[in-house]
Amino acid sequence: MSTTLDSHETTSPVEEEQRAFDAEAASLLVKKLREAFASGKTRGYGWRVSQLKALAKLVDDQEQQIVDALGNDIAKPPLETVAYEIAMLKNSCRVALKELKHWMTPEKVKTSIATFPSSAEIVSEPLGVVLIISAWNYPFLLSLDPVIGAIAAGNTVVLKPSEIAPATSSLMAKLLGDYMDNSCIRVVEGAVDETSALLQQKWDKIFYTGNGRVARVVMAAAAKHLTPVVLELGGKSPAVVDSNINLKVATRRIIAGKWCCNNGQACISPDYIITTKDHAPKLVDALKTELETFYGKNPLESKDLSRIVNSNHFARLTKLLDDDKVSGKIVYGGEKDESKLKISPTVLLDVPRDSLIMSEEIFGPLLPILTVDKLEESFDVINSGPKPLAAYIFTNNKKLKEQFVGTISAGGLVINDTTLHLAVHTLPFGGVGESGVGSYHGKFSFDAFSHKKAVLYRSFLGDAPVRYPPYTTTKLRLLKALIGGGILGIIRAVFGWS
Amino acid sequence: MDIEVEETVGELRQYFKTGKTKSVIWRKNQLTALLDLVHENEDAIFKALHQDLGKHPVEAYRDEIGAVEKSANNSLSCVEKWMAPKKSNIPLLFQPAKGEVLSEPLGVVLIFSSWNFPIMLALDPLIGAISAGNVVVIKPSEQAPACSSFLANTIPLYLDSNAIKVIEGGAHVCEQLLLQKWDKIFFTGSPRVASIVMSAAAKNLTPVTLELGGKCPAILDSLPKPSDFKLAVKRIVGGKWGPCSGQACIGIDYLLVEEKFSSALIELLKKIIRRFYGENPKESKVISRIVNKQHFKRLCNLLKDPLVANSIVHGGSVDEENLFIEPTILLDPPLDSPIMTEEIFGSLLPIITVNKIQGSIEFINARPKPLAIYAFTKDETFKRQILSETSSGSVVFNDTMVQFLCDSLPFGGVGQSGIGRYHGKYSFDTFSHEKAVMHRNLILEIEPRYPPWSNFKLEFLRLAYRLNYFGLLLHMLGFKLGLIRRT
Repeated sequence: MSTTLDSHETTSPVEEEQRAFDAEAASLLVKKLREAFASGKTRGYGWRVSQLKALAKLVDDQEQQIVDALGNDIAKPPLETVAYEIAMLKNSCRVALKELKHWMTPEKVKTSIATFPSSAEIVSEPLGVVLIISAWNYPFLLSLDPVIGAIAAGNTVVLKPSEIAPATSSLMAKLLGDYMDNSCIRVVEGAVDETSALLQQKWDKIFYTGNGRVARVVMAAAAKHLTPVVLELGGKSPAVVDSNINLKVATRRIIAGKWCCNNGQACISPDYIITTKDHAPKLVDALKTELETFYGKNPLESKDLSRIVNSNHFARLTKLLDDDKVSGKIVYGGEKDESKLKISPTVLLDVPRDSLIMSEEIFGPLLPILTVDKLEESFDVINSGPKPLAAYIFTNNKKLKEQFVGTISAGGLVINDTTLHLAVHTLPFGGVGESGVGSYHGKFSFDAFSHKKAVLYRSFLGDAPVRYPPYTTTKLRLLKALIGGGILGIIRAVFGWS
Repeated sequence: MDIEVEETVGELRQYFKTGKTKSVIWRKNQLTALLDLVHENEDAIFKALHQDLGKHPVEAYRDEIGAVEKSANNSLSCVEKWMAPKKSNIPLLFQPAKGEVLSEPLGVVLIFSSWNFPIMLALDPLIGAISAGNVVVIKPSEQAPACSSFLANTIPLYLDSNAIKVIEGGAHVCEQLLLQKWDKIFFTGSPRVASIVMSAAAKNLTPVTLELGGKCPAILDSLPKPSDFKLAVKRIVGGKWGPCSGQACIGIDYLLVEEKFSSALIELLKKIIRRFYGENPKESKVISRIVNKQHFKRLCNLLKDPLVANSIVHGGSVDEENLFIEPTILLDPPLDSPIMTEEIFGSLLPIITVNKIQGSIEFINARPKPLAIYAFTKDETFKRQILSETSSGSVVFNDTMVQFLCDSLPFGGVGQSGIGRYHGKYSFDTFSHEKAVMHRNLILEIEPRYPPWSNFKLEFLRLAYRLNYFGLLLHMLGFKLGLIRRT
């Protein structure tokens, strides 16, 4: 695998072709970036702003190329690319540029009587050299959105895009090379070998988006150097659907979160639905009607649906459908075209909970519906599995909403919609348990790439002898009063009244 | 034992599922009970600490009991406020909607505490875990056995024993514990063990907080006013030998000073040491001993190198029987000797001289990031330089150790000195998951969210994301006009 790593230095193309990206190359890269970080260049407000602006310009200038690359990689409809990748990214840049000064300002905090007189503040400082490993499903957004956080916080960055979206990966390597400060921001393309070489290095933060299996490898590698990690994973995100709701709106919002998000290949797409036995047929009908409105009678031909990313994933999804336990459960769709890697929106009704499709994250256009007698039972169903990245509920019942919010543990919850919380930069985005560690977006991205340094200023005035030996009982009494905070107690102790 | 650990964790998880620990009443009751525990067992704690470390009661109160009381009281008065959902502003585009961030307990958490502050380093994280509504296993350090058994015997008498367990033991028990699935591991100790803990945590994607140490430097700038100089040196002595005889993660490891002040500094250090600990510090009873033989040997070995031994300018006498090492000052020991490459964690204080005090920044940056940097200076430019050019868990100007008492400041390391932070609200956050919650209703609908996709929808979304509401309005009107034209 050739690398674009050094493409902006003066090496001959032949030389470059031959050089493999191994641990040695990775170590050299980190060393260079560490030197760049040590120069202090990335700490300044000016540098951060210039890089954020450069990134915003990149996105503005190259929209068509980005749309084309994603078209190549996953046949993503241009509108999805613009709405969910490009526009989101622009928005992130805009928020960061607008808020950066505010984020960088040290936060003054109160001090207690125990340290009086003093003043204190919390200073956000960059962590150093950070590694971002991103995923293929939103290859552009999931690569550059964390990069925005890393830049805003003043770090030097290595980005390793997913090799499963090769067109986007090489486009990003080229564009970041053209637009960004290459002494501080670099792209390493590659697969397992390159990633392993990178993971052997000492980083000051690793930000990984992907699956739980690789996340474990990443965290174990990070443990060797005590590197903090953010792990953005997925999981089976449920959508609970009550009866007595505006079913048309609910159904459309479910479809928007499922098939309009990269044909279900999104970490926060609804993975399955839980509804009551009575309500299920109505829900299935509504889904059918709306899906047909959206994608026509022959969805395999629709240009508004992404394809499955590659034949591995196609085979994986096919296997989920071929499971004996779910054959005969398909109530809509189920068509496949292996040559085009297309699977049509597929709805399955009443699948058993021990089926294959219910035991792993689907990450594709299949939507199983589980039925329960009473909707409250759905909470037990959800809580019996690993914690998902998102959970959704459609209901007008206030009590049910409260119960849902109180009992369901997930990265994020949305009531009466799906996936929208991702676009709200004032909400932290990230998982819990199996769905991940840490969060980002907006200020949370800045914080994810910052160290919060505690700073305490003291003067040479007012020193309590009580702190120092030789220790006496009077000192003990005074200490108790000081720490207890009671003024009266302090006075009593000072005067020796106990 | 192996099965017992697994069973305990299973029981705890069942208990967590009942939701009992989530209620504010449960949390407050437990915090109150913890305060009772500390109040009613003060003497027993003094005794245990004396047994394990020879800690003087005043020191024990200042660094352990008092710190725990302060922390529990603070949590007790703030926990309700911390638990309240935080509102988030939602952009107009997604209106009508309501956004909030809700802190929820993580579940079953494991706390490994360390032997140097065996009471406080077990109970302070516990306060955070309880405040956040978790169920907890505490594994106290086996190197402070009296305190470990005190915790194991006393905690069940005061706290909800269905939710809070103490498991005692050594390396084998640690291994057993690390095989279980936890929702958080909070570890205080050394980087070597921390790396093992984090590797084990990786198997279950368990988040970790690692409270480690490092070589915390103190920088002493020239202080022309004699009273300032004196106070600074007093605070340095307090910060080096005060807390557990230098066996503290935020204790001063070494001192940086300009060459020309070193002799005055040494004289004053000696004088203050004499005042605090008397002519014969071993007899003073106000200075803790070294925790055990192994650490005693480790410290003696640091002094063994002849070049290091030659650099001793004060103290240096050791008493193996009583595990006592005199407050010892070394001047410019070789920088490649273990005393300058490893965390000292004991009563030895190397003084490193630099030509210009500004040079200390480079000296510090050439080493792993420490948990704390102390700087005694009145030079505002130098202060700013230290702040922006070095990296450490915390920075304290003109004092030592007091950052630990400040609940409004996060306490924790960076790089080699740790991951994550605690104290006050940060403890609560450390043991909570911040859940994003967005509420919508089912009335209003934006059509362009849905396929089939068209250029109109594309343009609409573009404007919407830019929050260009006027453009959006025009676009909508344009669309309507277009419709009319078409019909």
